[in-house]
Amino acid sequence: MSPRPLLDADGLVKHFPLRRELFHRAPGVVRAVDGVSFTIEVGRTLGVVGESGCGKSTTAKLILKLEEPTAGTIRLDGQDLAGLAGEGLRRYRRSVQAVFQDPYASLSPRMRVRTIIAEPLITHERLPGAEVARRVAKLLHMVGLPAQAADLFPHEFSGGQRQRIAHAPALALAPKLVVLDEPVSALVVSIRAQILNLLRDLQVELGLAYLFIAHDLAAVAHMSHTIAVMYLGRFVEIGDAKAVASAPRHPYTQALFAAALPSHPDETRAEIALAGEVPSPIAPPAGCHFHPRCPHALDRCRTVAPALREVEGRRVSCHLYDAS
Amino acid sequence: MSAPLLELRSFSTHYVSAGGRRVVRAVENVSLTLDAGQTLGIVGESGSGKTTLALSILRLLPPAARIVSGQIRFEGEDLLGKSNREMRKIRGKRIAMILQDPMASLNPLFTVGDQIGEPLRVHEGASRSAAGQRARELLAAVRIPSPASRARNYPHEMSGGMRQRVVGAIAIACRPRLLIADEPTTSLDVTIQAQYLTLLGELQREQGLALILITHNLGIVARMCDRVAVMYAGRFVEVGDVRTIFSAPAHPYTRALLDAIPRLGQGGGRLTAIDGVPPDLAQLPAGCAFAPRCPQAIARCEVDTPPAFTLEPGHAARCWLAGPEAR
Repeated sequence: MSPRPLLDADGLVKHFPLRRELFHRAPGVVRAVDGVSFTIEVGRTLGVVGESGCGKSTTAKLILKLEEPTAGTIRLDGQDLAGLAGEGLRRYRRSVQAVFQDPYASLSPRMRVRTIIAEPLITHERLPGAEVARRVAKLLHMVGLPAQAADLFPHEFSGGQRQRIAHAPALALAPKLVVLDEPVSALVVSIRAQILNLLRDLQVELGLAYLFIAHDLAAVAHMSHTIAVMYLGRFVEIGDAKAVASAPRHPYTQALFAAALPSHPDETRAEIALAGEVPSPIAPPAGCHFHPRCPHALDRCRTVAPALREVEGRRVSCHLYDAS
Repeated sequence: MSAPLLELRSFSTHYVSAGGRRVVRAVENVSLTLDAGQTLGIVGESGSGKTTLALSILRLLPPAARIVSGQIRFEGEDLLGKSNREMRKIRGKRIAMILQDPMASLNPLFTVGDQIGEPLRVHEGASRSAAGQRARELLAAVRIPSPASRARNYPHEMSGGMRQRVVGAIAIACRPRLLIADEPTTSLDVTIQAQYLTLLGELQREQGLALILITHNLGIVARMCDRVAVMYAGRFVEVGDVRTIFSAPAHPYTRALLDAIPRLGQGGGRLTAIDGVPPDLAQLPAGCAFAPRCPQAIARCEVDTPPAFTLEPGHAARCWLAGPEAR
């Protein structure tokens, strides 16, 4: 039995055209996202991992409708995002909120916390002043701050408290899905744990779904129900978080998790050396994008792009599993 | 037993501003010894004084900083007694440093070959052609493919991982005895980070380098270090060998740091967060600086600063609970 999908993304593609330059006749495209499909269920977390430039932040922007997909569909509660306009689009924007890397940068130093948190309420809902004040106090309580915090300016808070404040506006409109793009990577260790715990608590209390994007593998594994591993615009493996993290099947996932740092000096991982670096998404390799660096590449990998197929409880796109 | 390569004794660096009225105690009463070929990890959160400590060893502190007490001995020589001219002969030659952002360490207007050759020309008076030849060897030593053509590249023509390798090549050009790396992999992706750490370990073995790794990342310490110093509010709160620190930490702050990080292969239980925030180094509380956040603090912690209690040879913690009366 699988829970009802809240968000259903199907065949998402985002190509950015390169600027035409003098003497260059055929500018190409950056294939930032090159055909990814996933669902996120109510109250669940999809974690997306991958290295810089793999397309994970572009995927987040597509879901937030900050970028228009070149192809593919996004459905929220069964409704296609492409056809939305007016009130329907406003409802989508309320349902899907975002917290970005270094959320402190999103707090205006000249606004009181009250104004910062009330802003989405005022933009989206016509509420009397007393109701706004009540909602602000409730939101502060949700993120673990006293109601008096509303009267202060961001600089009057400690780093950890500011992080909490930065999460409050995203919750103001009772969203169904929150996109978290590297929400804790700018934080010091002790505060990072506070925020990860807060995000967990909010998910349970409010039934929130998360799209969690981070390069810290342990944090993603800790937070996610499902993990998708992205390489050059495509998912190479997607499935149950524990299965993917503890027994990765795609050679890239294996190399990625083998490169993760140990949590104890006695914990040794067999390192998997990958040849070279990630190729350019302007001219990704033919066939499987990963084949030039893959230690197990077959002839077929150079010409035929593998499809995602079911392997041991998750889906993997790799020719090594064709036979099974 | 031979003398240690590097020894700091009761060393303190403060930043003084506002005409002496504001004193930031960035490094307070730090002692350490490092033997040739050893790797010491200094872990702590931002603002704990790790970088100030590293800059103190190299005497590269900004003008507001004052070395107020202590000694630094390197290969038996007193570094604090050296003139600036003498220090210039040590920096880059006997002690080298790698910084977090490779782009900030490299000059965009010179080829990487010229920049790797520069320390050789400055310190060893190598000729242009000899320095160029050695630069190509060093590029090969940091595992950069086709070093001859890469030596003619400018920094912007290389990826982040490659640039950090170039910085590594500059650092080892004069075969230093000690390499200080301050968050060397923070700007790198996971697999590139792993490659770089492997390279650092190999260079260390090949060249007999001692390494001081400054990081906030306990995973890097677990992977790379022999010994660990945990820094909080300017002090070493715990020092020990890496297995002891990870398996039997004695200071509550060390324990809290270890419990605050998610681990691969463990279920998603609650993380142990440390309440509150690190103190302002200009207004340190009386007693132990960690006491206001410490789950085990006793009355004494808020009054008296704990000394470093030795639990066993090589393992010490600044905590009253590690003292003989509490044990």
